[in-house]
Amino acid sequence: MLVDIHAHFYHDRAPRADREERNASRLTAGEKIGITVHVASILGSWGRTSPIYFPSPPDLTYGNDALLALQRAHPTRIRGYVCVNPNYTTHARAEIARCLSAGMIGIKLAASRRADDPLLDPICALAQQHRVPVLQHIWQHRRRDWPGQEASDASELCTLARRHPEVAFILAHIGGGGDWLHSLHAVRDVANVYVDLCGSGVDGGMLEACVEAAGVSRLLWGTDLTMCTGWAKLRYLETLLNKDEMALVRWKNAVRIFPPNAFPAD
Amino acid sequence: MRIDVNAFLGAYPWRKVPGTSPEALVKALDRAEIDEAWVTHLPSLFWRDPTEGNAWLASAARDEPRLKPVPVVHPGLAQWEQALADAVNAGAPAVRCDPLYLGLDPAGDDMRVLAAACGAARIPLMLAVRLEDGRQRHPNDVVPELSAAAVRALIRADADLRLLVTHADRGFVEEVHFGSTPEEAARIWWDICWIWGPPEDHLETLLATVGVERFVFGTGQPLRIPENSVAKLDLLDLTAEQLAAIGSDNARRMLAT
Repeated sequence: MLVDIHAHFYHDRAPRADREERNASRLTAGEKIGITVHVASILGSWGRTSPIYFPSPPDLTYGNDALLALQRAHPTRIRGYVCVNPNYTTHARAEIARCLSAGMIGIKLAASRRADDPLLDPICALAQQHRVPVLQHIWQHRRRDWPGQEASDASELCTLARRHPEVAFILAHIGGGGDWLHSLHAVRDVANVYVDLCGSGVDGGMLEACVEAAGVSRLLWGTDLTMCTGWAKLRYLETLLNKDEMALVRWKNAVRIFPPNAFPAD
Repeated sequence: MRIDVNAFLGAYPWRKVPGTSPEALVKALDRAEIDEAWVTHLPSLFWRDPTEGNAWLASAARDEPRLKPVPVVHPGLAQWEQALADAVNAGAPAVRCDPLYLGLDPAGDDMRVLAAACGAARIPLMLAVRLEDGRQRHPNDVVPELSAAAVRALIRADADLRLLVTHADRGFVEEVHFGSTPEEAARIWWDICWIWGPPEDHLETLLATVGVERFVFGTGQPLRIPENSVAKLDLLDLTAEQLAAIGSDNARRMLAT
């Protein structure tokens, strides 16, 4: 089994004419790679009517509905993270309850509010209550604010994780830009932070550093926007890890932090 | 047959990178089922005189016949013509000059003279758009990325110049290709290491719009794991002829042009 814990899909309000091709391409490539389940999120309107990383409540609801529809259309292949904006606490809480009860299996936080902000606490309380992980968009070592997002880095995520030790947090795309070594230093001793291996970066030495810092029991495989790099990392990991360790990265770690029965073989 | 036109030997100054020795690179070639690699001495890209690494590179390659040295030429230094002549006489598949790493104007007089000399010597000139993702570079690593405008200027500088551009993304390739005449564009080859596969399908798009004949297999290893370039080809539905073209035939055609 192979679980992609970081996927995205587009819907009819996304500002891309090629959205259906991109969705189809993900599923086709997933078949070639051998992906069993795509755990995906939709970030509001993908920028069309509110910013990608600051999605408005109506856009979030529409995107989450679209993902629920995809989950229903592909019940064995697609599972969802409910995406929320922590600046809208009431909406976020209601959306989490609604979407988890409809079958979603995690919470996605983009970059609408810094990860160590108290506004994330009520979201994390719900994550603990429902026993679902939180996938947090991360800029690996943010040295300044970047346009279009209130990005967080690993240090800030770890601050949040220490406040909520019973919640599993996924540090998004270690290869997705920024200084991954900074992140790996930060997460080393924070047992409830898991490292998502996806991102376009395929640096030599990065995977060895992930294994060394977090251990194989805290690594999760994913693809995000570049499935080729995900497949490459999987291939390379097979030269570093034994079969049992590979099973942890491919799916067993995911099974451990997502709700029971989230995946077919669970 | 698969030729990696974009590989390095030696340490990187900005972070620890495993597998930088000739022996380790050959093991990586075996692992990724790559037959041959065109290699540059990575540390010397950062030296005042980068040609000082060429002798070590030649020596290393003598012991590993699958490694083909791509020596560096610095057209801002006296006697650079000798470095170019040495590369040609040694049968190097290309010479390398990354102008911004050498403090040169990428489309300035020095580079234009080098372009003309490479054209006259019938040897391709290789240069990289970047070596690392700009978002992760060391705070003191402030060398700008190569611009598409510079590549367009270089290919126009000499009618016999052939360019091998590495680490370019889709937007860069498109800007240069469609900003050049067909004759100019036909003298530029692109390695695939920085071009995204699915679901964005940038490589598939470029193969359809720019043409399979313009792309060569490259990895950027050991700074990047070579499995990436292999995986993105495996994700495409290419014919055996197309795979052979990207894998090695286009690189050979570039040398024979």
